[in-house]
Amino acid sequence: MNKTISLTVNGVERTAEVEPRLTLLDLVREHFGLTGAKLGCDVQVCGACTLLVNGKPISACSMLALDADGCDVLTIEGLSKHNKLHPVQEAFVEFGALQCGYCTSGFILTTKALLDEIPHPSEQQIRDYLAGNFCRCGCYQEIIQAVKNVRSEA
Amino acid sequence: MELADIGKTFRRLDYETKVTGRAQYLADMSLPGMCHGKILRSLYPHARIKSLDTSRASKIPGVVAVLTRDDILHDQGIEPYYGPVFKDQTIVATEKVRHMGDPVAAVAALTADAAEAAIASIEVDYEQLPAVLDVQEAIKPGAMLVHDSVKLPESGFADLAELKPVEGTNLCTHFKLNRGNIEKGFAEADRIFEDTFTLPATQHSFLETHACIAAVDPGGRITVWATTQNPFVVRTQLANIFKVPVSKVRVIVPYLGGGYGGKVYPKVEPITVALAQKAGRPVRVVLSREEVFYTITKHAAMIRMKTGVKNDGTLVARECEIHLDTGAYAEIGPRVAKKSGYTAAGPYKIPHLKIDSYSVYTNKPPAGAFRGFGVSQSAWAVESQMDIIAAALQIDPLEIRKKNGYDEGDKFVTEETLRAIGLKECLNRVAESIGWKSDGTSNAKIRKDSSIGSARRGKGLACMIKATITPSISCAVVKLNEDASLSLYTGTVEMGQGSETVLAQIAGKELGIPLEKIQVLGVDTDVVPYDLTTSSSRSTFHMGKAVQLAARHIQRQLTAIAAAEYNVPEEKITFTDGKVRLPETQLDLAELMFKRFGMRGGTLVGEGQIKTSTKDEYGEKSTSAFWFLAAGAAEVEVDVDTGKFKLLKYATAVDVGKALNPLGCRQQLAGAAITGIGQAMFEEIAYDNGQLINPNLVDYILPSLGDMPATIDPICVEVPDPRGPFGAKGIGESALIPVAPAIANAIYDAVGIRIKDLPIKAEKVYLGLHGVE
Repeated sequence: MNKTISLTVNGVERTAEVEPRLTLLDLVREHFGLTGAKLGCDVQVCGACTLLVNGKPISACSMLALDADGCDVLTIEGLSKHNKLHPVQEAFVEFGALQCGYCTSGFILTTKALLDEIPHPSEQQIRDYLAGNFCRCGCYQEIIQAVKNVRSEA
Repeated sequence: MELADIGKTFRRLDYETKVTGRAQYLADMSLPGMCHGKILRSLYPHARIKSLDTSRASKIPGVVAVLTRDDILHDQGIEPYYGPVFKDQTIVATEKVRHMGDPVAAVAALTADAAEAAIASIEVDYEQLPAVLDVQEAIKPGAMLVHDSVKLPESGFADLAELKPVEGTNLCTHFKLNRGNIEKGFAEADRIFEDTFTLPATQHSFLETHACIAAVDPGGRITVWATTQNPFVVRTQLANIFKVPVSKVRVIVPYLGGGYGGKVYPKVEPITVALAQKAGRPVRVVLSREEVFYTITKHAAMIRMKTGVKNDGTLVARECEIHLDTGAYAEIGPRVAKKSGYTAAGPYKIPHLKIDSYSVYTNKPPAGAFRGFGVSQSAWAVESQMDIIAAALQIDPLEIRKKNGYDEGDKFVTEETLRAIGLKECLNRVAESIGWKSDGTSNAKIRKDSSIGSARRGKGLACMIKATITPSISCAVVKLNEDASLSLYTGTVEMGQGSETVLAQIAGKELGIPLEKIQVLGVDTDVVPYDLTTSSSRSTFHMGKAVQLAARHIQRQLTAIAAAEYNVPEEKITFTDGKVRLPETQLDLAELMFKRFGMRGGTLVGEGQIKTSTKDEYGEKSTSAFWFLAAGAAEVEVDVDTGKFKLLKYATAVDVGKALNPLGCRQQLAGAAITGIGQAMFEEIAYDNGQLINPNLVDYILPSLGDMPATIDPICVEVPDPRGPFGAKGIGESALIPVAPAIANAIYDAVGIRIKDLPIKAEKVYLGLHGVE
């Protein structure tokens, strides 16, 4: 019953033979070895598994790999180019917007989606957009600071 | 390259690897030939296992091993009973299950799907037993017993030696503290206040669930990769269970995705090792979110507090009874109960005390360490009642705290001398941050001015004192390499607190080396020297000191090399900014290494140890190597029509001793406060007849960015403790503890409703406002 899907992952075209029930998270983690996205809650509330699919943040724990057929998927591993941090990553480093790091790839990808959609968000817009990502270490204030201070890509 | 320093924010060493998704956590790792392990868990809070049928499970393709009680009871190589304080746990249930989610059997298979199918195929015939579902039931005479008897360990923790289970009852431990003369104390009091406070079980909810990979070689050598905060304790426990010397157990710890106390002591490691041993292959077990809720929780508590006070607000006597629901297994509950008892007087001088603190067995998932370790529970009562007293006596809540609060040199309830005590500075700073006015009228004025429609504003304060685990041990090794770079070997687990960076700062500061040239090695018990635990807010103080001593050991060796080489007395040689300065010349570290070894090579090894004991360096009794002091202040807005409230601002001040990395300190303070906000306003494990009904992050609510106040103000107060490295103390837990009472006190200030049961929810405020008990 496996099906073959084709998708773009971090700019590279990939095909995979998947079981219909395989999640997108398991596809990127187990099949493609991209483990930056984490399983946290398994019910799309914590945001640790966030990936960008066609530019929009989704919870990969609750999306079927089949539904990503033909899609453009970005994982945290695809964000920095040539070992140079993406401006969102730089801001997270500069403002200390993480502690244990388990939620970090989800926060960074959600932030990228926010800034792609609203280049200069208000603080309230930042709080609303990122309310679906949990940071249990409690780095929320630093995260807000980081998001406010992301340098635009030259 | 900038030399390492302290008192200055340095970018954390783990940031690049974490923002790029490259940091490896346990569930990201696998081994060749590895099996996936899954656990069958009890559906009932209390039942006898009449029979277990695994015949279908072992026939499922891909299944390599099925583990049941037969394997642990009939294997001479396994000691079935374990536990950090009492040996009341088994790898899988032997005779009875004692809580919903108690492990019954486990399967290792080539795929996770096969393991899950095998688990589902195991048939268990249970005889359900009456369950003890709350503490009040558990302590009644004739209550159903959770354990018929409890095995004691051959050797246990020094600080818990006097605590034993009470035979024939569900009392796991009873800690008593008596001081002065309680009857006399109450006789001296003008007013007596009696209140009962409760708080529910909660869950740490680290985003990374517990996980373990275990490999057992045919010679019996055990290697585990573990999500643990105390690898050396896990090593000891595994050595005891599998009857091998500790040298035959190797525990490796990758970065943890949060710990908060929920990853101390063995969790999933014993069952993973048993599976790996039986399977003859490496096995990985990664718990689901639901399973985490069955593995460890924070103690629910009921606290009865009776306090005698003079009309001027002086506290004279307190009788306090604390019941902590420790669940089906003692875990570290006995120490939690002890710490709750020690702090039932709060950070206040009370001459007459009678404190009884109990850990009580029930048929619920085990409760153990949670950031705040028993003090969150006692402080909820202490600091709520402090405001009840202040209101009744019409004394300002800030003033009554300062009137009774500890100062430098005061005696703690154990009669030991308190040193480096920044309590009142913490109180003053949070009060200032939220615009607290002590004349009483100004607060009322603010309330009136800000009353728009149904909204009422109020402010509240709370403070606390906490101890660190004592006695304890931390050892460190520092290696100076031939290029004057440094490698640090410590057992401190990096779980988000920034320990790698602060330890590197300490070593770098001592030797004058830039952070870029320092590597802090990951934890591997085969490689790093012993450390008791990464918990109890102890690492900066203890491991920081051990690293400092190790760096100084290197300094002494370098001084001796220079002295010999240049024929200069050692006392004429000084060491600053990475240079060894002699009367005539100076050398950098690489040059000295070359002098020592005559070529570009060689290693100098520095060693440092810190061992705290029940006597401090002043020769006095010591139950804590240093003291944590903190205060918090909240401003809230309550809607009197609905009871809904908003936290507008929260200020947290912690006496950090010395802020070695100021941003790191502020992160710890704000982070702990945010966990405290969750505990105060949302978090609660719910049971229905012994069934845990919200073991997921939809129904168990964590604080998100949407719940945050406009401002959280983390304030570092610095009253240096000369015993810590550069005067630093530990800070991991302090800021969490005052949050719940500060918010409850602010709500009372706003609308006159006293909430005595956590979490503080809108409906409780509404019911209070509308006269419903």
